[in-house]
Amino acid sequence: MSFLPYAVAAWLFLVGVWGIVTSRNLIHLVVCVTVVQASTYIVLLGIGYRTDAAAPIFADIPTSTPTVDPVVQALTLTDVVVEATVVALLLALAIQAERRFGTLDPNELGALRG
Amino acid sequence: MTPRARLAVFALAAVGLAALLVWGLAGLPRFGDYEGRYGRIIARDTVPQRKATDAVGVTTFDYRGIDTLGEEFILLVSVVGVMALLRAHREETDESRARAQELERIRKAPLPSESLTLLGQTLAPIVLVLGIYVVAHGHLTPGGGFQGGVVLAAALLVLYLTTGRTAFRRLRAVAAFEAVEALGALGYALIGVGGLIAGAQFLHNFIPHGHSGLLTGGTVPLANVSVGFAVAGAIATLLSEMLDQDLLRSRGGR
Repeated sequence: MSFLPYAVAAWLFLVGVWGIVTSRNLIHLVVCVTVVQASTYIVLLGIGYRTDAAAPIFADIPTSTPTVDPVVQALTLTDVVVEATVVALLLALAIQAERRFGTLDPNELGALRG
Repeated sequence: MTPRARLAVFALAAVGLAALLVWGLAGLPRFGDYEGRYGRIIARDTVPQRKATDAVGVTTFDYRGIDTLGEEFILLVSVVGVMALLRAHREETDESRARAQELERIRKAPLPSESLTLLGQTLAPIVLVLGIYVVAHGHLTPGGGFQGGVVLAAALLVLYLTTGRTAFRRLRAVAAFEAVEALGALGYALIGVGGLIAGAQFLHNFIPHGHSGLLTGGTVPLANVSVGFAVAGAIATLLSEMLDQDLLRSRGGR
């Protein structure tokens, strides 16, 4: 089952995009964006995984112990932080959209603007 | 475009996207067989070079320090963006009248139940200590400035949830949160400049690395603390701004 993590990532990506396309609510849409981004965490962590290796924390294991890749874990951390900021901005935009147009439905937003 | 047409376009694109994804992911190393060079070098050299034991934290704040600087400024810019978006509206409303109404509301608001307040007052210091612990040990065990900063901001959320909105409103000090965030970001940049002053490159780890325990890793714990401040300030500012929207709404908006 060595392909399973990548399959999960691809599934999350596609199901997230599907959610974005069919979304009827901006808040729901923002959550779908986070689902798409979650797939990138799984790809990153999946790439760095080594069978039977320890976590790259040497507080209580000898430094020669084989560990999973610390670099992709640091990259995932960056990814999570960036996602949090993106979500904050998108939610603020959603609040603003609701205020201007009185609706959170992206379809109706388009109609109002036209 | 009708929803049906949009779905059809998406279905077509999704098939292509799925094919690309499968193609791209098939080229990756088999799961569990990772043989990347950088990861191995960092896992091997972190403890001998920096004496700190969390290879991920050291990677984030030392080996990849410049990326983290950028990351921190992304956070700063996004908070500024959120404030610009949400405050634009506040200025549109009649400021003085709104403030008078708000004070009236705060005065009249019923106090939350005593048990809830007690729970919050008990829980908030514990969460605060946990946050400080996570920040301070970021270079030794899993955790660090980003994670600990969010925990610190969570202490504030606990207070909001248990002491009632109006009390929180009185307690709220967005200006202080903003200052904390800015000082944290500045601190990180100054650590970078410290490397220059020490005669090496920007963000060079110029502080002695110690031997074992808390005082290891050179600049890594310092960077953790400054990022902890920045993140705690950023999340607290975001929370306050978002909760403020809630207050505006419940004060008799739509």
